[in-house]
Amino acid sequence: MLKLSDVEKSFTEPDGTPLPVLRVSNFSLGEAEQAVLLGESGSGKTTLLHVIAGITRPDRGSVEVDGRDITQMPESVCDRYRAAKIGYVFQTFNLLPGFSALENVLLGMTFGQGGADPARARELLGRVGLGKRLTHKPGALSVGEQQRVAVARALANRPKLLLADEPTANVDRGNQQHIIDLVRDQCRAEGVALLIVTHAIEVANQFDRVEHLAEFNQAGQPQAG
Amino acid sequence: MSLWKIAWRSIQQRSLSSLMTGLSMALGVALVVAVLVVLGVVKDSFTQNAEGYNIIVGPKGGSLELVLNTVYHLGRPQSTLPWSYYEEFTEGKFAPSVELAIPYCLGDNYEGYRVVATTSDLFDKSEYRAGQKYTFAAGHNFADEAFYEAVIGATVARNTGLRVGDTFEPTHGLSAGEMGHKHDPFRVVGVLDPTGTPNDRALFISVEGFFLLEGHSLDKPSDVGTSNDMAASAAADEHDDEHDHAHEDGHDHDAEHDHEHADDHDHDDHAHEGHDDEVHDEHEHDEAVETTAAPAAANSSTGEDAADEHREDEHDERDHAEDGHDHDEHAHDEHDDHDHDAHDHDAHDHDEHDHGHGHDHHHEPLPKELREVTAILVRTDLTGGLTIPKVLQRDPRAMAVYPVQEINTLFEGLVGNLKLLLVGLAVLVVVVAGVGIMVSIYNTMNDRRRDIAVMRALGAGRQTVMFVILFESLLLSLVGGVAGLLIGHGLVALLNPLIVAQTGVSIGFFQFQIVELALIPGLIVLATAAGIVPALAAYRTDVSKALGDAP
Repeated sequence: MLKLSDVEKSFTEPDGTPLPVLRVSNFSLGEAEQAVLLGESGSGKTTLLHVIAGITRPDRGSVEVDGRDITQMPESVCDRYRAAKIGYVFQTFNLLPGFSALENVLLGMTFGQGGADPARARELLGRVGLGKRLTHKPGALSVGEQQRVAVARALANRPKLLLADEPTANVDRGNQQHIIDLVRDQCRAEGVALLIVTHAIEVANQFDRVEHLAEFNQAGQPQAG
Repeated sequence: MSLWKIAWRSIQQRSLSSLMTGLSMALGVALVVAVLVVLGVVKDSFTQNAEGYNIIVGPKGGSLELVLNTVYHLGRPQSTLPWSYYEEFTEGKFAPSVELAIPYCLGDNYEGYRVVATTSDLFDKSEYRAGQKYTFAAGHNFADEAFYEAVIGATVARNTGLRVGDTFEPTHGLSAGEMGHKHDPFRVVGVLDPTGTPNDRALFISVEGFFLLEGHSLDKPSDVGTSNDMAASAAADEHDDEHDHAHEDGHDHDAEHDHEHADDHDHDDHAHEGHDDEVHDEHEHDEAVETTAAPAAANSSTGEDAADEHREDEHDERDHAEDGHDHDEHAHDEHDDHDHDAHDHDAHDHDEHDHGHGHDHHHEPLPKELREVTAILVRTDLTGGLTIPKVLQRDPRAMAVYPVQEINTLFEGLVGNLKLLLVGLAVLVVVVAGVGIMVSIYNTMNDRRRDIAVMRALGAGRQTVMFVILFESLLLSLVGGVAGLLIGHGLVALLNPLIVAQTGVSIGFFQFQIVELALIPGLIVLATAAGIVPALAAYRTDVSKALGDAP
């Protein structure tokens, strides 16, 4: 489902010097597999997810999603591919404040190939426990409810891969487990591969496969040769 | 979910800012609409006022003046044409191509409103606008054979209080300030419904009655002094040589007075000061253009021999007039309505008939050779419309003009630049409103950068988010524009009573101008231009940076 090979990404410091943030020689994830990437803040977790999603282009290497290397795609094709194949749950939810819960889910569908499907959007929101809060705008929802809307939105286009960036970082402890359970359950139900990046050990401990980002991200480490 | 809905949600999210920018657009468009509608309707109205006929025939001179004083009752006709010209259109060489010919004889006013002598055809057969015939709010059209009947326009009725059955005395001269002598009374038999044309502000009398009024025939016995004075003076302004000739042709006013009033008519008992020879010269020159239905004798219709013919006519007519003065031989019952008090009858012996007119009101049509016409409204077939003006180009006295063409020329010449200026200013306001929309959206781009990045992360392409911003600009412009259309038309409708009072032109809410259709593509272009800068900013949004990844 997901295969990274020799991916490198650097940003440029204000003084012009390059700042390597990502160097991954090899990483893969099977279909419907669920894994956690554990890493500290600033370890390049979000950059890695952006590279996998095609939001950020790596400086080199390949990123195969469902058999296609998205680094070789023109940007517009990559955008459409992302909409069709990848769901994304942000740390800060990133719901659009002017849209209701239902509309936020429909918004995710709008850019996909199938177009907006209100019935599926309602079903997803029902599955995350928001069936009666469809018309509520994010400002009228609790933090936990907002994250549930974000999960429903990420699954709206029936993606092959769900990326979740610190999905529990902004929710209270009571809701953390609920969110994790929700994400895992929905991915299982939809047959979606799940890759969560987090710094929370308690989250990582629930997964069979846990990767430590520091171990395979060689950026910042002395380069061999 | 469509991109339009996404854009609309964004507008709703910033409701106050959107309302303000939309309102500024609405006001700008309302201004444009108001200017376009008012100027357009005024122009249409001006042009339509000359519908119902396609040609106006009048004496050679200024074609625009002819149109103005015929259609709009403005200005002064400079000369007249012999009645024979009118007959050319009714039974002469032009008749086969003519569908309708209506004579206009001017020279009098009532309380400043112009009195137009014409035939009943004006109201029976012509239209004041395409497909709109004259209708009467009260009464009916005057009958051509009832010489002293009149029809009045709606504004005249409202402002003078004249009603059906009332009588009025036209005053000699074309405007209220001229204080000419008063004529015999006419009885109002009809009040027109408002037409929104200058005819609302005019009184229409039978041309037959007009010719029998003092000074309105070429050479009527009791008016000998006056009519000949006017005949000569009508041409004096432009035909001095002819004017002299006319006098040389034996206008011995003393002799004519003696001749005319041999039957005990005492001019002192009439309000005929103008007949005084001492006043004659002044009358000649000052009133020349006021009374234009009376021509110079020398300006005969039939060429250079006309003067001789007219001299013969004068004598014949005098004889005829004297005969006509035998009121016993006439049936005067139909004139019971005349205002007898308006004249001093002391010196007359009218006991045997109840005739109200102290001087010679022969209720027989004035002989045609003594008639003059100020203008002729002509409706022709296609051939006539092309050939008649060409034929008249070669005529030494008459000309034919296309009124609509003249009005368009006038309008473009006078109002065209003003319209351009007003529309230009109004468009500038709209452009400023467009800049306001651009600034409004652009200022929100920093706040919305994250929203745009989220949409991009969800799979929206750069073009997609660019279009969302453009649609937002379009929606603000179009909603503001539609609101502006409604406000503009509402404003005009609201001010309609004032506009009617000032101009006589009525403008309704639904009176749209074709040019308003250009507002829609215009607004689309403007909105696109206004939205392009923030849309490009959205296009260039760095998703990683906006989502807080890149430094």
